[in-house]
Amino acid sequence: MEVEQTALPGIGLRHDFTTRKGQRVGVVSHRTGRRDLVIYDADDPDAVCHVVKLNDEEADALAELLGAPRIVQRLNQLHEQVEGLVSVQLPVPDGSPYAGRPMGDARVRTRTSASIVAVVRSGRVFASPGPDFVFAAGDVVVVVGSEDTTAEVAGILADG
Amino acid sequence: MHHTAVLFLEFGAIVLALGILGALALRVGISPIPLYLIAGLAFGTGGVLPLATSDDFVSVGAELGVVLLLLTLGLEYNADELVTSLTGNIRAGIVDLVLNAAPGAICALLLGWGPVAAVAMAGVTYATSSGITAKVLSDLGWIGNRETPTVLSLLVFEDLTMAVYLPILTTILAGLSLASGAVAVGVALLTVSAVLVVALKFGRFIEAFVASPNNEVLLLKVVGLALLVAGLAQQLNVSAAVGAFLVGIALSGELAEDAQALLAPLRDLFAAVFFVFFGLQTDPAKILPVAGLAALLAVVSMITKLLTGAYAARRAGIGKAGQARAGIALIPRGEFNIVIAGLAVGAGAHPDLGALAAAYVLILAAFGPLAAKLVQPLITSIAKRS
Repeated sequence: MEVEQTALPGIGLRHDFTTRKGQRVGVVSHRTGRRDLVIYDADDPDAVCHVVKLNDEEADALAELLGAPRIVQRLNQLHEQVEGLVSVQLPVPDGSPYAGRPMGDARVRTRTSASIVAVVRSGRVFASPGPDFVFAAGDVVVVVGSEDTTAEVAGILADG
Repeated sequence: MHHTAVLFLEFGAIVLALGILGALALRVGISPIPLYLIAGLAFGTGGVLPLATSDDFVSVGAELGVVLLLLTLGLEYNADELVTSLTGNIRAGIVDLVLNAAPGAICALLLGWGPVAAVAMAGVTYATSSGITAKVLSDLGWIGNRETPTVLSLLVFEDLTMAVYLPILTTILAGLSLASGAVAVGVALLTVSAVLVVALKFGRFIEAFVASPNNEVLLLKVVGLALLVAGLAQQLNVSAAVGAFLVGIALSGELAEDAQALLAPLRDLFAAVFFVFFGLQTDPAKILPVAGLAALLAVVSMITKLLTGAYAARRAGIGKAGQARAGIALIPRGEFNIVIAGLAVGAGAHPDLGALAAAYVLILAAFGPLAAKLVQPLITSIAKRS
């Protein structure tokens, strides 16, 4: 699937793609923070036939509905499949030594052998973050490992 | 009556009248600019309610209005966007320039107004009102459409062309001899390019200087800087408007958004004053004789804009219906055209130029958005049939 990105001078950015069934959808990101969910017309593929205007909060809510549960669901399935493997969601607390620092600094896998598979930030899911992904206080880190190793990760995120 | 009292009474009456007209425009769903112009005609010499004392004040307010209009226009774009639009759409941009400057220039030459007026009239018919067009796109839900980036980059191209055109116009309006005129144009173009380079390369230093967490400080710094550069530009014959526009371009990102939000009310007030002032300078009795000509010019330049939009959209691989929409979105004329005509009238161009430009913008500022609305169902049916 290819997502096309187009600059809209003076307004912001537009991303759009065609679904497998041939429906073109897109998101217009205004500089003001407004998001428009746009659905393209089947007869006139250049024209938008429906616009859903979303403010910050609504866009976050929609992103969460579309993205987050799917990942959590998948993790739960993984959990059921493999005995002894757990996936937990750990917060990066306010006073965490790693808030504002890249994930690589925490060396989670080296120190505990558990893996960070995703980070959820204000409703957005960052799947498979790299070592240069920068944590922020309030992030929720999804970790897969054993009971013991995931508990160790919680300790690292809280106290370093 | 005391002078201050008369001033307040008159200015208050004008602004209040504009507010009421604005409400009316909002209800009908058109741009308020034509109504502001009509209000100016009514208050001006030969109008129904000529003003006595507030002329000077209104004229200074109008100058401020132009500076603020251009400053906020510049704030909408950042330098990178300007460069990308310029390199990606140069061919469509040139087609736009040639097709749409021609009607005004030819009209002025046929009327025997001379080459200076021809250059001014070329600008009057060339520039699409980016303000009105942006509003049309948003009101009709066309922002997400695939032809919209083409329309927007044409608008950016036009605004950049203005940055080069306005200094040239100011210089030739000043009536300098050919040699010193050429020198002045050279100086003007050098200044514009120098400021653009500074904006591109060192915009962040200007931003660092202007930035402030306090709204009051930010407002004062941005307005102060814009007026200072506008004054300097005027002194160099580059036109104050261009100076303000370049300041706007130099500022970008979050700072530009904050400044835009802060400046919006100020701009709305003084821009409205500017349109009234232009109306004030125009004798309503002169409008009627040129009305037919203005209508003809409007029809011709509607067609040339339609062709421009269709050409640019087709190059971008947009279908028939989208090509039509791109053309229609470009029809509205407004603030820039009046700015250009205002410069020409102020410098003593042919007296009918102001009246013709006023009638022309009256027609296209009102009819442009309306045309888009009326044609929308027709375009949909074309798309359905094909």
